[in-house]
Amino acid sequence: MNASSPSPRKLRVATVSLAGCFGCHMSLLDIDERLFDLVERVDFDRSPLTDIKTVGEHDRCDIGLVEGGLCNAENVEVLRAFRARCTVLVAVGACAITGGLPALRNHLDVGDIMQSVYGRVPDDPELPLPLNRVLPIHEVVRIDHALPGCPPPADAFWQLLQDLMAGRTPVPAPGLIRYD
Amino acid sequence: MSAVDPTFDLDGQPVALQPGDTILSAAARAGLDIPHLCWSEEVSGSASCRLCTVLADGRPVAACVTPAVAGQKVECRTASLATQRLRLLQMLFVEGNHFCPGCEKSGNCVLQVQAERAGMTELHFEVLNPERPVDASHPDVLFEPNRCILCQLCVRASDELDGKRVFAIGGHGIATRLLIDSPSGRLGDSALSVDDRAAHICPVGALLPKRVGFAVPIGQRRFDTEDTRG
Ligand code: SF4
Ligand code: SF4
Ligand code: FES
Repeated sequence: MNASSPSPRKLRVATVSLAGCFGCHMSLLDIDERLFDLVERVDFDRSPLTDIKTVGEHDRCDIGLVEGGLCNAENVEVLRAFRARCTVLVAVGACAITGGLPALRNHLDVGDIMQSVYGRVPDDPELPLPLNRVLPIHEVVRIDHALPGCPPPADAFWQLLQDLMAGRTPVPAPGLIRYD
Repeated sequence: MSAVDPTFDLDGQPVALQPGDTILSAAARAGLDIPHLCWSEEVSGSASCRLCTVLADGRPVAACVTPAVAGQKVECRTASLATQRLRLLQMLFVEGNHFCPGCEKSGNCVLQVQAERAGMTELHFEVLNPERPVDASHPDVLFEPNRCILCQLCVRASDELDGKRVFAIGGHGIATRLLIDSPSGRLGDSALSVDDRAAHICPVGALLPKRVGFAVPIGQRRFDTEDTRG
């Protein structure tokens, strides 16, 4: 260690896509070169962008970003693990917040959907069972913040992360609240 | 004309009154925005959405149907009214299926823009996911009842402007819904024409003229701002 003042502790950020399309993650990456600033200030825990298999296994996470609603049993298990291991949990995108377009299946019978797509209901125990309805995540765990949009604009991600890194309550600028 | 026009006070601003004014109509003429969904200057008031609730001398009233009184102190921009508006908007969102990413009214929708302006980021309540069948029977107009907020603008436009009485509100409680006056109950068998005012007055994506969806580029829709990515 040299004599210069220690840089502040890096925040630990986990991200996940449940019943999502990965579009919210792509919009996060759309902050472009600001990603270089970001990785100087955060470490990524479990995320589709890292190889870590279990969220917060060694260290609690400061921030969890959750894309996608809940469509199957594994989604619920992963979401509960995120809630248990992340101090601040953020619902990201229309799917996490409302169920999103995947929830259009809620007026159909899930068995009928399986029958018409696969001709049978796939029954290998490796496969997570689908829920009969797609749910927004706030119906299963408490969320601290939400980032609307399908997907949220890159600037909305950047503002949220900057607010959280500075210890402020995120309040999105008016133009950054979009639902489409 | 009297020497001094009568006025009332809206959040510290004097608003001039004319005979027959409601608080909302006087404010709208003065260019002052009181958030609202079910009011239009084209038709009579219905006071169904409650978004226009203000405090008139401390008492909560629907600004769209409450006569404006000279000298009254009216408050709209208070913290508790802002929270109440947010909750009302969240209730309307969970009561229907408002999946804006696939709705052709997005960017032109009054419910959506009110929610954005109210700072709504999440739904707060459990979603109800109604399952009312879409009515696509009319050649030129689509009805998606899962987006209908029961504002009754179409009802009043059909009665008062088109002279047709195509629509009515029926049922009770959460089962309340828009009814269509035709033998089958379907839009295609009603007297509605796409040229009627009622076919265009819907503030949301419930009653939609067909074959014009997604025609306007993102950035140029009614409520897009310069911040809207496009
Ligand atoms: S009607 Fe408005 S709020 Fe509802 S889905 Fe369409 S754009 Fe969104
Ligand atoms: S169809 Fe549209 S205009 Fe008619 S009551 Fe429903 S939301 Fe209002
Ligand atoms: S605008 Fe007044 S109650 Fe709807």
